Amino acid sequence: MKDKKPMKSVFKEGAITSEFIGNSIYKHQTKTSIGAHNIFLGQVRADDIDGKIVSAIEYTAYEDMANQKFHEIRESAFEKFELTCMHIYHSLGTVKAGEICLFVFVSSPRRKVVFEALEYIVEAIKADVPVFGKEIFEDESHQWKVNS
Amino acid sequence: MHINIKYFGQIAEITQKEAETLEFSGNLVSDLLEVLNSKYENLKNKDFKVAQNQELVSFETELSGQDIALLPPFAGG
Repeated sequence: MKDKKPMKSVFKEGAITSEFIGNSIYKHQTKTSIGAHNIFLGQVRADDIDGKIVSAIEYTAYEDMANQKFHEIRESAFEKFELTCMHIYHSLGTVKAGEICLFVFVSSPRRKVVFEALEYIVEAIKADVPVFGKEIFEDESHQWKVNS
Repeated sequence: MHINIKYFGQIAEITQKEAETLEFSGNLVSDLLEVLNSKYENLKNKDFKVAQNQELVSFETELSGQDIALLPPFAGG
């Protein structure tokens, strides 16, 4: 059974908690055709930029377009890979250094598929989804993050 | 025609607003950008892409939709 609900929002206000992630894993224990999960967690890094330390990232997005892009990524991942289900959650608002801002969760009967699928999905999110990140330094100045 | 323009991230910092509606009679995305460049001087040096009706378009694209967005470099994840 494929879990393909159309256009659900992937955005969550603030950090994604380990309780939320643990609970997502727990919910899949009833889906017994699954033999392999793979999880990507993006964590806010306390970068040192010219002696100033990043203390948080404040995320904003062009939400309508971003949800459309997430939907397209989802559709294309289901087309390319034999996935049982996939879930994507991305933070909006402030996420402190060390907290989780992106949670991608893919599941399949077999392991090889989930390794490939996860990389494909995460790279597509980084390249195609209009999310913007303001890196806040400890002295409250800021700069704009750019994905490399 | 009325064009709704959205600004995000560092672009919104320059325009000091997140959205505005302009009355505009040009044909191309680049024509609109010319207007915006003269309105917001610091826009010229900034890296951004343009979305028309939520799809990225080149600056040579004909304006067909009413929803334009100026998108600075993506930073998801």
